[in-house]
Amino acid sequence: MIAEIGRFLAAIALVLSLVQLMAGWRAATAPESGLAKVSARAAQTATATLAIAFGLLIYLFIVSDFSVAYVAGHSHVDKPLFYKVAAAWGGHEGSMLLWCTLMTAVGAGLAAFGPKADPGLRLRAVAIQGGLQILFLAFLVFTSNPFDRIPFADIPVQGADLNPILQDPALALHPPTLYLGYVGISAAYSLALAGLIEGRGGRLVAAAIRPWAIGAWTALTAGIALGAWWAYYELGWGGWWFWDPVENASFMPWLIAAALIHSAIATQRTGAFPGWTALLGLLAFSLSALGAFLVRSGVLTSVHAFALDPERGMWILGILAVLAGGGLAVFGLRAGKLGEGDGFEPTSREAFIGINNLFLAVTAGIVLCGTIYPLIADALGLRSVSVGAPYFNRTATPMMAALLILLPFAPYLPWRSGGMKRAAFSWRPLVWTIPGAAAGIAVLMMGGSVLAIAGAVLGGWAIAGAVTDLIDSRVLAHLPAKVSAYGRGLAHAGVGLIALGAAADSTGAPEVVRALAEGETMVIGERTIALADLRRADGSNYLADQAQLVVTENGRRTGVLTPERRFYVAAEQNTREVDIQTTWSGDLYAVLGEPRQREDGSIAFEVRMSFNPMTWLLGFGALMITLGGLTALTGMALGRRREEMA
Amino acid sequence: MRKSRQRLWMVGGAGVILAAALGLMLLAFGDALVLFYSPSEVAAAPPPAGERVRVGGLVEAGSVVRPDQGGALFTLTDTVATIRVSYDGSLPDLFREGQGIVAEGHFDHDGLFQASNVLAKHDETYMPPEVAEALRAQGVWQGNEATAEAGE
Repeated sequence: MIAEIGRFLAAIALVLSLVQLMAGWRAATAPESGLAKVSARAAQTATATLAIAFGLLIYLFIVSDFSVAYVAGHSHVDKPLFYKVAAAWGGHEGSMLLWCTLMTAVGAGLAAFGPKADPGLRLRAVAIQGGLQILFLAFLVFTSNPFDRIPFADIPVQGADLNPILQDPALALHPPTLYLGYVGISAAYSLALAGLIEGRGGRLVAAAIRPWAIGAWTALTAGIALGAWWAYYELGWGGWWFWDPVENASFMPWLIAAALIHSAIATQRTGAFPGWTALLGLLAFSLSALGAFLVRSGVLTSVHAFALDPERGMWILGILAVLAGGGLAVFGLRAGKLGEGDGFEPTSREAFIGINNLFLAVTAGIVLCGTIYPLIADALGLRSVSVGAPYFNRTATPMMAALLILLPFAPYLPWRSGGMKRAAFSWRPLVWTIPGAAAGIAVLMMGGSVLAIAGAVLGGWAIAGAVTDLIDSRVLAHLPAKVSAYGRGLAHAGVGLIALGAAADSTGAPEVVRALAEGETMVIGERTIALADLRRADGSNYLADQAQLVVTENGRRTGVLTPERRFYVAAEQNTREVDIQTTWSGDLYAVLGEPRQREDGSIAFEVRMSFNPMTWLLGFGALMITLGGLTALTGMALGRRREEMA
Repeated sequence: MRKSRQRLWMVGGAGVILAAALGLMLLAFGDALVLFYSPSEVAAAPPPAGERVRVGGLVEAGSVVRPDQGGALFTLTDTVATIRVSYDGSLPDLFREGQGIVAEGHFDHDGLFQASNVLAKHDETYMPPEVAEALRAQGVWQGNEATAEAGE
């Protein structure tokens, strides 16, 4: 019964989205009519409806109702409660329900917080958002319904269990956070398209897009960081970024959303790049949908490769064609209506934001080419190829490096006019050079490659630039401007920290793999690792072997690592639980592999050890970027409140 | 500044960055692409020693040797030709005899494939698409392509 209600609610939301689209569209030309209210109510009700449906799905997981196919496929009676709940969005159908729920929430958000002064623009955007909701809700209802039942005879007693490597706290939070970003950016799409159709000035549209772009980008950052963290400690490959198609799928919208934030600020302030800002809004969400297509269709041989279903892939490809094709067609016809901005000098802040946008957009293009080239080659019947990390490292990395060189300058440049001659500004680059040089020398001492040293220099340079920016914002600016300037400083510092972290991390020694029996030792760097003991460490839904690895450094015992090798009974799957000893100098990373019987009859376990220098810098950087985004949002909310009170 | 001058700057800057990006991409596409070889293709025309490639096939039953110190040696087959693979790392949990896998690495001068990475999917019915294609070319594999469990 519950499942049928859920299915019914999803269908209701589809109908409500249609009402939202039609009422909003009509009301945009007659904002005083009652239709405006109808459209907003439809969006709110659709949100509530889907939120209840999602709650029902979670309930079905909690009570382990295996007559529902999706629950049976992703849960198990013995699974801990937290993962029963998380499994509601752990698979394809549930995550699409989450996607649609967030999408309607964005529609309701646009109706409530969209541009107040311009009801035409707001209502048009709400209507377009309703159209987007219809596309994805139809996909949910017709191909991916999480409430589908299975025939009575096939109902399992215990369930098939969620893929064990997905049973992890970071990964439980990764999809909702990432989806918040993917879906949040749909507001930028709707607003950009509404602005083009309404023929509104670019400044107004950019101002409306900006908070959504910042919010969505912040969520994307946090979501990607959680995913990278998960890959680092759960997959046990010892790395955090692999240029895997699934990762690239989230990185492309991240890059475009970052470009969008910057160009929207420039457009809002001076009217520069009005068409470009709208175009980025359209592209950012189109790339989000492309990301969903790449992850969900299984067209890519991804090392993650979670979902494989050609029919759903075709659906998403169709949605993608409507989104990108429709958006770009409207853009082509109407871009001229957005007007042209004021003129600006080549060393003004707009000019630097323009360069920033070029680098970010070109990097996204490079990543897109590398990600879909194997597909194109395949479609053309060429040789089967894969595009791996070397391609991305040699193309995307130099672009990002160029971006980092320019990054600290931009906040010091005035809008419109050239600012290179400003006296106050001249000594700062000298200050930025010092941490840059220090970081470079440090990585040189750690044995880094030329690329790593360059990365460290630029990282130190960018961090120092952000720090002087933060200090100067405190001294120079007034409150509303200051809060968002803090956001900028924090986010820029985070970007520098990630560059520095990536450079330091790359200096790590190669991993060492040895088969160890109890009492045997292996050496990595200055550390000796001894397998002291093997014991059982079973959990509620798995069996596990746990190794006690005693670490000694210069004759002193510095810790015990306890990596596990688990067997999930219901899923019949082995997994490895990494153990990591984190210190300021880096992570000692231990993985327990397969056991093997030696000729003398003793049992030896494969132990894989690596030392990853200063990995914490990466997490710290991601945290700073996220905090920066939240700070900028707070600043904007404060500014808005002030406006309303005035 | 006049609009036309400004436009010139913008187009010029965009041109330079785009040209640099295209140049980098063409260079990288020239030698950072990793080609896939089936065992038969290797037998017919082996890639030069040291070149980074992917190979794939079925793990031949009984071919896996696990030296006492760690690592593994095994044979990949498409039932017509075979490739001997050496891997110093820790094999994935789903690595099994008779299963399709993909290995990335290079051939050394003795024709032994030195793998730097071995990929097996988290599903025992899964067949990597390249491997399925290569086996189909030999008329061995008739099954459907990957119908694996969904979920992220």
